Amino acid sequence: MMETKSLLIVGVGGQGTLLGSRIMGKAMMAEGYDVKVSEVHGMSQRGGSVITYVRYGGKVYSPVIEAGEADVIVAFEQLEAARYLSFLKPGGSIVLGVQRIDPMPVITGSTAYPEGLSGSIREKGVKVLELDALSLAEKAGSSKAVNVVLIGAAAKLTDINKEVWLDAVKECVPLKFLELNMKAFALGYGD
Amino acid sequence: MKKDLLLGNEAVARGLYEAGVRVVSSYPGTPSTEITEAAAKYDELYCEWAPNEKVAMEVASGAAIGGARSFCAMKHVGLNVAADPLFTMSYIGVNAGMVIGVADDPGMHSSQNEQDSRNYAKAAKLPMLEPSDSRECRDFTKLAYQLSEEYDTPVILRLTTRVAHSRSIVDFQERADLPLREYKKDIPKNVMLPAFARPKHVKVEERTEKLIQWAQGSDINQFEDNGAKVGVIAAGTVYQYAKEALGGSVNYLKLGMVYPLPEQLIRDFAKNLEKLYVIEELDDFIETHCLKLGIPVIGKSLFPKCGEYSQKTIRALVLGEEKQSVSLDSDLPMRPPVMCSGCPHRGLFYALKKERVFVSGDIGCYTLGASAPLSAMDTCICMGASVSALHGYNKARGAEAEKSAVAVIGDSTFMHTGLSSLVDIAYNRSNSVTIILDNSITGMTGHQQNPTTGYTIKGDPTSAVDLEALCRAVGISRVTVVDPYDLKAVTRVLREELAAEEPSVIISRRPCALLKYVEAKPALRVEAERCIGCRACMGIGCPSISFRDKKAVIDANQCVGCGVCEGLCPKKAIVGGVE
Repeated sequence: MMETKSLLIVGVGGQGTLLGSRIMGKAMMAEGYDVKVSEVHGMSQRGGSVITYVRYGGKVYSPVIEAGEADVIVAFEQLEAARYLSFLKPGGSIVLGVQRIDPMPVITGSTAYPEGLSGSIREKGVKVLELDALSLAEKAGSSKAVNVVLIGAAAKLTDINKEVWLDAVKECVPLKFLELNMKAFALGYGD
Repeated sequence: MKKDLLLGNEAVARGLYEAGVRVVSSYPGTPSTEITEAAAKYDELYCEWAPNEKVAMEVASGAAIGGARSFCAMKHVGLNVAADPLFTMSYIGVNAGMVIGVADDPGMHSSQNEQDSRNYAKAAKLPMLEPSDSRECRDFTKLAYQLSEEYDTPVILRLTTRVAHSRSIVDFQERADLPLREYKKDIPKNVMLPAFARPKHVKVEERTEKLIQWAQGSDINQFEDNGAKVGVIAAGTVYQYAKEALGGSVNYLKLGMVYPLPEQLIRDFAKNLEKLYVIEELDDFIETHCLKLGIPVIGKSLFPKCGEYSQKTIRALVLGEEKQSVSLDSDLPMRPPVMCSGCPHRGLFYALKKERVFVSGDIGCYTLGASAPLSAMDTCICMGASVSALHGYNKARGAEAEKSAVAVIGDSTFMHTGLSSLVDIAYNRSNSVTIILDNSITGMTGHQQNPTTGYTIKGDPTSAVDLEALCRAVGISRVTVVDPYDLKAVTRVLREELAAEEPSVIISRRPCALLKYVEAKPALRVEAERCIGCRACMGIGCPSISFRDKKAVIDANQCVGCGVCEGLCPKKAIVGGVE
């Protein structure tokens, strides 16, 4: 039986991480895997640090991912990538959206936003796939499609083929935003 | 048959549909909210948002007595509100089946305490089932109705956040076509006067004995023999963590029914084991039961009583192992949740901060008013407590306190239990100032309608509570409405009402900025040459405003043009429109 694979999606409440994990879950289910996705609802959704777990394989038990267990981290924001870095397995990869969103302690001036995070992460021997998801989303037609751009980039790292992914996107987004999201996925996927 | 990747909560709703349930009444509360939202999508189910959990449970009780399978959902603290009907419905029992969904929140992702609802099952002597994934959420929901009708009892379905908010695969089944059961008047069964309740208590004790026997033979409690000398007893999501961490190296007793607990089954499981772990989040509920049976187990002497577990907890405490990982060495800034850009609560809390008043807080998005830089909250206890606790504070501290203290409560929370507290203020005369934050929706749980919004859960128009008239009707003659985007007006009204020699209500009214019908105005921007870097605009804690190169900057992607920051700038550097 295939060993369980773990993907972590991290970002800031409001960035659309939940839609991202739903698309992933649908694609994995369509591919015939057992799937568990664990989401964060409620208070953290209000601009807090959010984390969503996606796991697939022959038989998945725990819905959560712990330190040292993630094969891939999809980070919607730099600081959040750094925060959850310890969840990555040795040899794992990060899809890194380079967007920077100041948290309240930075806004109030009680602390500074750390510089050079992407470089610090690379120095730890982590494979980093960096992309300006916000610009790509704007190119697709809306800054709100950041999530689908990043899922597109992460999709490339899985062995699930593109058609399955596109069907999953279709299933999860409203019809009137379908074209925009298909474009966003393609830009993230890199074609 | 179709299958889908469902949240545990959505799977419970699917179970309600398949079980032929007809009536659902709930009050939203994380992590239980999506059960009722998903149930409302089935046309066959009558669903509603009740003003609070007690009302919801009573609606479900009446429906079950009336012959329809019924359901109510709530978060753990909601069960405290509904505890009154809970204990007596245990005596009355049902006609058609009744199930109570309760979602606990170990780790307090979105709650004010970490109580373990299993204690309610024991205290109210009601059977409680606990699923460990979405498919079990559906299956156990259906089983709960069978048990409810067979044993003449409401059944509690207990979820925890990780089960409620995790998705896993569920195959769909058909809806049972159940006719409405006949209603027969039965005073000794349904009217709990002492003379009728005494024999019912005896029946309840007998029922528990019968359920223990049922638990012994039911496959809801599963014995997994891996030929090991070490055993684990677990239920719910903790079973999944144990399987993840320990795999086939131990024997498992997976309990699907957490009250009443089986006796002989646990004795049989423990026999021949050299070591037996009871792994359970929060209280030592199963452990205590085992110890009462005289079975030595390792439980809370090893595992924590606080917080959420995971496979990591079990790996570390049972195996002494830890996964290798990398991390950055530096301390990173925290990212606490904040009020959204354009949140109508922001202006009001900024004014409260400036006026340096005591703020008796309540449960909702506005509890974030306690966070820096606003830090404008003194207490937050439970739903509705802001108003009554303010009254108590003012009675304790007298006239001076009354001039510098307010309560803040959202529209939905006010309807939940705040109204009876306001009645206390009016009736027992304290010069208290109650501020109702009317954002026209139940916000924190994700936009549910409530009795003030004019719409039902299914989106149909209905009557809306007239808050001004309601407050006047209970005896408050000073009722003022303000727009929280208008800082000057808010401050003026606040001063006037604090000075008044009678109780008053201020309604701070503006719809939640995230509501679909609320149109964002063009983003504001900072004219850099005029900005002197004084940070005055940053005092409101807006996530759209940040500070770069000694100047304030507004993120055009986030700003919704509410204008609250505009008036704070001494140099008029914040302007509308794009450059």
